[in-house]
Amino acid sequence: MAETTIKYTMMAGIFATSLGGAAWAGGPADDKLVIDDELEITTRVKAPEGHPLDEVISGWHYRTDETRALEADSFQNPGMLYVERGEEIWNTVEGDAGKSCASCHGDASESMKGLGAAYPKWDEKAGRPLNIELQINKCREDNMQAEPYKFDAADQKSLTTFIKHQSLGMPVRLDLSQGDMQAWWDKGKEVYYRRTGQLNMACANCHEDYNGNYIRADHLSQGNVNGFPTYRLKQSAMVSLHNRFRGCIRDTRAEFPAAFSDELMALEVYVTWRATGLSVETPAVRQ
Amino acid sequence: MTKGVLYSLAIATMALGGAATAETVAPEKVEIVDMEVTASLTGLPGDATVGRETFADRKKGNCLACHANADLADQLFHGEVGPELNGVADRWSAEQLRAIMVDSKQVFGEQTIMPGFYTMNVGVNVAEKHQGTTILSAQDVEDVVAYLMTLKEN
Ligand code: HEC
Ligand code: HEC
Ligand code: HEC
Repeated sequence: MAETTIKYTMMAGIFATSLGGAAWAGGPADDKLVIDDELEITTRVKAPEGHPLDEVISGWHYRTDETRALEADSFQNPGMLYVERGEEIWNTVEGDAGKSCASCHGDASESMKGLGAAYPKWDEKAGRPLNIELQINKCREDNMQAEPYKFDAADQKSLTTFIKHQSLGMPVRLDLSQGDMQAWWDKGKEVYYRRTGQLNMACANCHEDYNGNYIRADHLSQGNVNGFPTYRLKQSAMVSLHNRFRGCIRDTRAEFPAAFSDELMALEVYVTWRATGLSVETPAVRQ
Repeated sequence: MTKGVLYSLAIATMALGGAATAETVAPEKVEIVDMEVTASLTGLPGDATVGRETFADRKKGNCLACHANADLADQLFHGEVGPELNGVADRWSAEQLRAIMVDSKQVFGEQTIMPGFYTMNVGVNVAEKHQGTTILSAQDVEDVVAYLMTLKEN
């Protein structure tokens, strides 16, 4: 390959010539996120030890001026409607036990504060990490005698959004010393660098190697998870993390794993670690 | 863009074997030697006009996803993941471009993000409808190579 490298280096000069078509700005926008002029959000932070990048940057920086502004104003952020809906669900009695989430957990702004920043968490009984969606289902089954939500049910997304929102502005931080979390992190890392599909691409190819560049009309970010569930303007709806994972995998022309499967849970553990130190932004606004 | 630029290799191939009896080389059988694939994959010359469409077609080459190309300035949103392809024919020969198209990993190295367009060297869990297929057909590759050969600046 040495010959190729030399040939390539020689060509670097040629690539630097002027653009014929559209010219892109590229890179993360130089801006600060302050929600409602009062809550400062950490959108750039030094990467944790062992992280392949020097700086962890929120997907917020890669969106347009208009999209960034929407997230900075909670009255305009369309995701806030889902937070409100989530609060309604929190207080609604469901299931044979005749309880609501509030019956046991009281005021979510106290009982759920900071929780969303530290998920997925190890669950000893299940012998695997649980994310917020799975923890909700666990409480619905075990504590409410209610049916678990199906993946991406509207109420699942709203309630998850509401719970994560209670950690708005708090730094993402996983405890990898719990149970077998480290082994799941290892497995997730493997998935992150594994090439899938006919297009033969891994998460890292797009989000690690080319963040800051446009791929067609999309400005590639680092693919961080701190804003999930996110409000996507393109779909006019909340998008869950596992839905996003599956979409990115499908785009490589690969079959995608089931939501909450071991593979995607491992990926969630690993990718959440990659976002260490960024503030929770739920509900973030994305294109 | 000049449609008339049918590169000499195609003509040579036709002179050798004749188009009518030409056989398409299967993806597993294509040999990349010294970053080159010397002969047409189909034995036929490529059509640069068709190649221009294949290049832009999102379901086929989708090359604009990663490459800017001034010749297609009428199309919106040129990506910037790969180098601009303006003048690419001044930098590479048709034989080299064919190798890049067939399996870019054998030219740029395993780490490249650019997909191989006529290869079975693919990722895991290929979606059912794409299994056993290549992104482009052999003739698509020839057409795109013919098109790329028209992108000259010098
Ligand atoms: C009957 C009481 C009860 C009800 C009702 C209930 N939970 Fe729980 N919840 C618990 C208990 C007990 C735990 C801790 C043990 C466990 O994980 O099951 C818990 C744990 C949790 C946790 C994890 C807390 C942590 O420290 O990580 C979350 C999140 C949660 N519940 C959310 C909900 C939501 C959302 C609802 C409504 C859909 C709900 N719970 C309904 C009793 C309840
Ligand atoms: C072909 C390129 C490509 C690959 C491969 C890819 N993605 Fe993405 N991904 C995108 C694009 C484009 C977006 C939308 C713009 C952005 O935020 O980068 C996106 C968005 C995301 C987001 C949302 C970021 C935010 O700020 O809301 C996450 C999370 C993500 N990807 C994770 C992954 C994971 C995990 C993988 C591997 C399983 C993966 N992606 C593979 C292109 C890719
Ligand atoms: C996912 C992104 C991606 C796609 C899609 C893609 N390429 Fe590339 N291509 C690259 C990258 C990146 C390079 C530079 C080599 C490297 O660094 O890996 C490259 C290099 C090239 C080169 C050499 C360019 C030069 O000036 O030296 C040619 C020619 C080329 N690509 C043609 C194509 C064609 C034709 C298509 C569509 C059939 C295509 N590429 C699709 C990413 C892509």
